[in-house]
Amino acid sequence: MENFTPVSALIGGGLIGLASGIYLLLNGRIAGISGIVGGLLGRGGNDTGSATFERLAFVIGLIAGPLFLLIASPITATSLVTSPMPIIVIGGLLVGFGTTLGSGCTSGHGICGLSRFSTRSLVATVSFMGAGFVTVLVTRHLIGGL
Amino acid sequence: MRIFVSLLCGLIFGAGLYISGMIDPQKVLGFLDIWAIADGGWDPSLAFVMGGGLIVAIPFFQFAKNRDEALCGGKMGLPTNRKIDRKLIVGGLLFGAGWGLVGYCPGPAISALAFGQTDTIIFVAAMLVGMVACRVSRLN
Repeated sequence: MENFTPVSALIGGGLIGLASGIYLLLNGRIAGISGIVGGLLGRGGNDTGSATFERLAFVIGLIAGPLFLLIASPITATSLVTSPMPIIVIGGLLVGFGTTLGSGCTSGHGICGLSRFSTRSLVATVSFMGAGFVTVLVTRHLIGGL
Repeated sequence: MRIFVSLLCGLIFGAGLYISGMIDPQKVLGFLDIWAIADGGWDPSLAFVMGGGLIVAIPFFQFAKNRDEALCGGKMGLPTNRKIDRKLIVGGLLFGAGWGLVGYCPGPAISALAFGQTDTIIFVAAMLVGMVACRVSRLN
């Protein structure tokens, strides 16, 4: 467990929870990233007025937050992708398709859904966590090297 | 005001992903690799991120449940769909498979664009294509 970082995980998780809570209380919206991004792709249906700009502002913040910390803070981080290109593309397609079909991702179902004690979100969270565990079992232990 | 709140929440959310380490796919894959528990290589950090997130978010969500209106105006948009159907489960399984293949879920993938890496940009582009494909197929 040499990579285990419980303190920064709790602090970072707390910030994610805080952002989700403020977004709901002030704007009345669920901070589900797949939903926010998906809504920007059009055909969203019921977006009116400033909704598109709100989504855009959230996404800009989502990129600007880490960018600011990367440049101006002593906290270092990496975002290391080790998968070969075809796997990156397949993974991206699956994440996009799956989160749209299942109406949510780690934030929408995992944080927001579980915080309002939604059974539907619990089922979704168990589904994607389970599939994630099995996929890593296959790629790292059964066939290896991906 | 609503746009400012959105920007602020995005900034805090992104900072949380960065500080928690979840912006790194290797950190996420280290958690999804529960099969490494046996040899001591498992990284339970993601569970602590979820835990920290829930501890802070639960009071907000429970308070919001009893309100009809958001503080900045407009209705409190809590989901009303309670259906547990095939779409929910199959969608979750497909998402989880993609998540396990690369280590990115939507939030960290978008946030990691800050690093300007080609691999991340391609993943996000494929993710957007996947979202549109699901919409166009009218399966969702």
